[in-house]
Amino acid sequence: MSISKKDVEHVANLARLALTEEETNIYTEQLNSILGFFEKLDELDTSEIKPTSHAFNITNVFREDKAGESLPREKALKNAPEQKDGQFKVPTVMEG
Amino acid sequence: MSLFDLSITEVHKRLKAKELTAIDLVEESFKRIAEVEKDVQSFLLIDEEGARKRAKAIDEDIAKSEDIGILAGLPAGVKDNIVTEGITTTCASKILENYDPIYSATAYKRLLAGQAIMIGKMNMDEFAMGSSTEHSGYHSTYNPWNLDYVPGGSSGGSAASVAAGEVYFSLGSDTGGSIRQPASFTGIVGLKPTYGLVSRFGLVAFASSLDQIGPLTKNVEDAAHVLQTIAGHDGKDSTSANVHIPDYISALTGDIKGLKIGVPKEYMGEGVDSQVKEKIMDAMKVLEGLGAIIEEVSLPHTEYAVPTYYILAPSEASSNLARYDGVRYGVRADSAENLLEMYKKTRSEGFGAEVKRRIMLGTYALSSGYYDAYYLKAQKVRTLIKQDFENVFEKYDLILGPTVPTTAFKMGEKISDPLTMYVNDILTVPVNLAGLPAISVPAGFVNGLPVGLQLIGKHFDETTILRAAHAFEQHTEFHKQRAQLVRG
Amino acid sequence: MAYETVIGLEVHAELSTESKIFCDCSTEFGAPANSHTCPVCLGHPGVLPVINKQAVEFAMKAALALNCEISTETKFDRKNYFYPDSPKAYQISQYDKPIGKNGWIEIEVNGEKKIIRINRLHMEEDAGKSTHSEFGDGTLVDFNRVGVPLIEIVSEADMRSPEEARTYLEKLKAIIQYTGVSDVKMEEGSLRCDANISLRPEGQEEFGTKTELKNMNTFKGVQRGLEYEVKRQTRVLKSGGEVVQETIRWNEEKGITVSMRSKEEAHDYRYFPDPDLVDMVIDEEWIERVKASLPELPDVRKARYVEQFGLTDYDADILTSSKALADFFEATLEYTKDAKSAANWIMGDLLRYLNEEGIELEESKVTPKHLGEMLQMIEKGTISGKIGKTVFKEMLDAGKDAQTIVKEKGLVQITDEGEIANIVEAVIENNPQSVEDYRSGKQQAIGFLVGQVMKETKGKANPQLVNKLIIENL
Repeated sequence: MSISKKDVEHVANLARLALTEEETNIYTEQLNSILGFFEKLDELDTSEIKPTSHAFNITNVFREDKAGESLPREKALKNAPEQKDGQFKVPTVMEG
Repeated sequence: MSLFDLSITEVHKRLKAKELTAIDLVEESFKRIAEVEKDVQSFLLIDEEGARKRAKAIDEDIAKSEDIGILAGLPAGVKDNIVTEGITTTCASKILENYDPIYSATAYKRLLAGQAIMIGKMNMDEFAMGSSTEHSGYHSTYNPWNLDYVPGGSSGGSAASVAAGEVYFSLGSDTGGSIRQPASFTGIVGLKPTYGLVSRFGLVAFASSLDQIGPLTKNVEDAAHVLQTIAGHDGKDSTSANVHIPDYISALTGDIKGLKIGVPKEYMGEGVDSQVKEKIMDAMKVLEGLGAIIEEVSLPHTEYAVPTYYILAPSEASSNLARYDGVRYGVRADSAENLLEMYKKTRSEGFGAEVKRRIMLGTYALSSGYYDAYYLKAQKVRTLIKQDFENVFEKYDLILGPTVPTTAFKMGEKISDPLTMYVNDILTVPVNLAGLPAISVPAGFVNGLPVGLQLIGKHFDETTILRAAHAFEQHTEFHKQRAQLVRG
Repeated sequence: MAYETVIGLEVHAELSTESKIFCDCSTEFGAPANSHTCPVCLGHPGVLPVINKQAVEFAMKAALALNCEISTETKFDRKNYFYPDSPKAYQISQYDKPIGKNGWIEIEVNGEKKIIRINRLHMEEDAGKSTHSEFGDGTLVDFNRVGVPLIEIVSEADMRSPEEARTYLEKLKAIIQYTGVSDVKMEEGSLRCDANISLRPEGQEEFGTKTELKNMNTFKGVQRGLEYEVKRQTRVLKSGGEVVQETIRWNEEKGITVSMRSKEEAHDYRYFPDPDLVDMVIDEEWIERVKASLPELPDVRKARYVEQFGLTDYDADILTSSKALADFFEATLEYTKDAKSAANWIMGDLLRYLNEEGIELEESKVTPKHLGEMLQMIEKGTISGKIGKTVFKEMLDAGKDAQTIVKEKGLVQITDEGEIANIVEAVIENNPQSVEDYRSGKQQAIGFLVGQVMKETKGKANPQLVNKLIIENL
């Protein structure tokens, strides 16, 4: 499978990265070489193999439904790049 | 001789006998930092004021003859992806340059409860992505054995600070070898515990199913002490294992007679530097001399581990790093017209090249139409890699091999070619994929650069790893040599 | 050409847990902005989620009440997308192993019963709340709501009219409300509904192009929005055009749907299992335990009312439409045996009052005991049914019991024959014309005379007695 410049641009958009023309070229080349390397896995027939998403199997880890202390508001907002009226402020969401 | 050459037990005894103070230890640290930090550059942040304050408090406790922890007074480095409340935590990324944490990681809290003294936050590859610490968003760290070489990574700052004698020990994190590889490159001990043994709460996630915090120390006994302090179940981490924590120190008996050790032929094959291989063979002889039974075994899917890892880890990372969006904390790019532009500018300016590369890779591997071919496929191969280990561990207590196929490489040598850098992780990533514990211990030198011996154990069997590593250490002198900060 | 409407609904309900789904912040509604947050729900670096067990049990309970199969192996996945109200830039949701699947409920529209299938019920975390400035100078985000547990119930495209959709939604609300796992209040946003709607030529198997309709915040809005969209799509198709697949917003005030014109390319959520959470295994025992905790559900209760109390289907339907109402009705029956009469009072005076005041039953001052005791007084003849109306109104307004009201206002029925006879005599004397009319065969004239007596007694005279005495006198 190879990845085109257009694919790279699409992926960058999904990941909310703005790439320069130069970066796009470099990443297209590098990702192609890395994806080529991944093809090694095609040597293996894994049709009967179950996927592993955890290092080992633990199940049913829960907490009890008890409300605890929340943060003081100032602390919650302490790192906010911009805030207003106790809320986090961000630039306008463009709906168009 | 440095105070840091005393064993933990000795320091502890002297503190209690009031022959030594925590202030002495902290000052020793600052003295050494003043001498070597300009060359090594292992720190991102040094908290002199905080460290002195804590040292004073510990000395007061001692004066009141209160019980003190075994790590009391020991100057420690903490990798900068471990969250420390009130102390800037950046993960060596520009995007978190101003991040002032509002909570603390469980492992860090346990360290403080054990009365260790954090000297500062250690440099690393940005978000732990890299094997040389050249991918720090701030500066590189240099290998104390030869300043023209990398200290390894991503816990390069943690490793170099211990090797250079700036701190007594450090905490690092290991996702694909990030503790063991720099330990190997800098001639110290690095332990990656079983996945789930040390809480990940407050460890800034790179690849959640692989990350694990562990100690970097000068010797095995220190590693056992630090592990004893930080290990244990944490209700804030769903993947934290609720297991009994054994007494690691009492496991260091020196007796490894009859211990069955498998050496995978794939770990001693073509890609491994012949001089490194020689040192590992020497180490095998030492262990055999102590009564261990060493046999060749096979982990047939080893060659698939690196592609598997480089699909899974970036995929998880692409999601884990999505939260750095300039909304709630961290650096936000200026002058964005709208939200979309703010996101893109913030993330493009805030992340370095390697991080962006891995986000791109992971986003692609998870994207519609490619999930089965990459992510799901890799998860299945992960099963095969796990099974390889399970098969060997049916008959063997430990698996042995080099930690890294080579010794440290030169600064700048591999930075332009990511794939070459990735392939070098061949001997460390399988361990993370299987969630196993492993240690790297000093096993000699090639051209003045350290070689690490890797011992891999069964899940939660840190005691066997520590016992074997300790026995080996007791019969070799490598761990007693100190880096001389030379060049060339 | 005639078109058939095809509708499927996606309904979100907030679960009434005390704490959030992955951290221990309170889920309380209406707190000051960002006062119910912590590093976990704010998505700070390094934090980890831990599943609230109650949320899982509540989701199971709702799934069972909606006749879903429970997945014995289930898990959480990450749904990746950027939006300021989503702190981690992914939502923890369920992708390929929802906790419930293959459910159904029965609805009744115009006397016809119909099964609506439920494709799946899954758990997820709620997002925060964004407020967009009217002047376009930014968006403010409050994270109190982020992490409140939600269930999303996805129906099959089984509904064939906006009315069916509304009925389905009302039924769904009633069932969930019965289970007690959610407040299901559309006005507070604890119940939300999106719809997929398309048209197809009658007789055609294949679905037409659908639009996704959002922002319908009331039951009426759901029906009206869908009705509008049916008309709009019909117009497009009849004029030879094509329906564009898009997301549209219902504008309640203007009564129109508006395209959201989202230019963003098709979503690619890149779902994958959340590595921070472990899988859940739900065994038979757990399922049975939750099943046993389910209350009697609306359909069963309705059937029982018809059978046990002899109520009509219609009455039973209204009484069981909300659990609170049905509970009130049955509690009233502890004081009176006359179920029909209790039902009439509840469906009539009580519901009218609640409607007029715009309040919930729980907020009103009347109790089943008060109503039941009043019904007893009517049965015993202490007060008349007519006086009862006055008493009941006072009960609703002041929250007093019937006896107190009757005593305070002197409303006890006059049952003393002598006293009534005196008044009857006076009325007959003062209304010779009516007497004349009656005697000349105009039966209805007696009604006027009875009315005059009641007027004199301020309605307190026993009507049967008045009737009897007037006839005797004439």
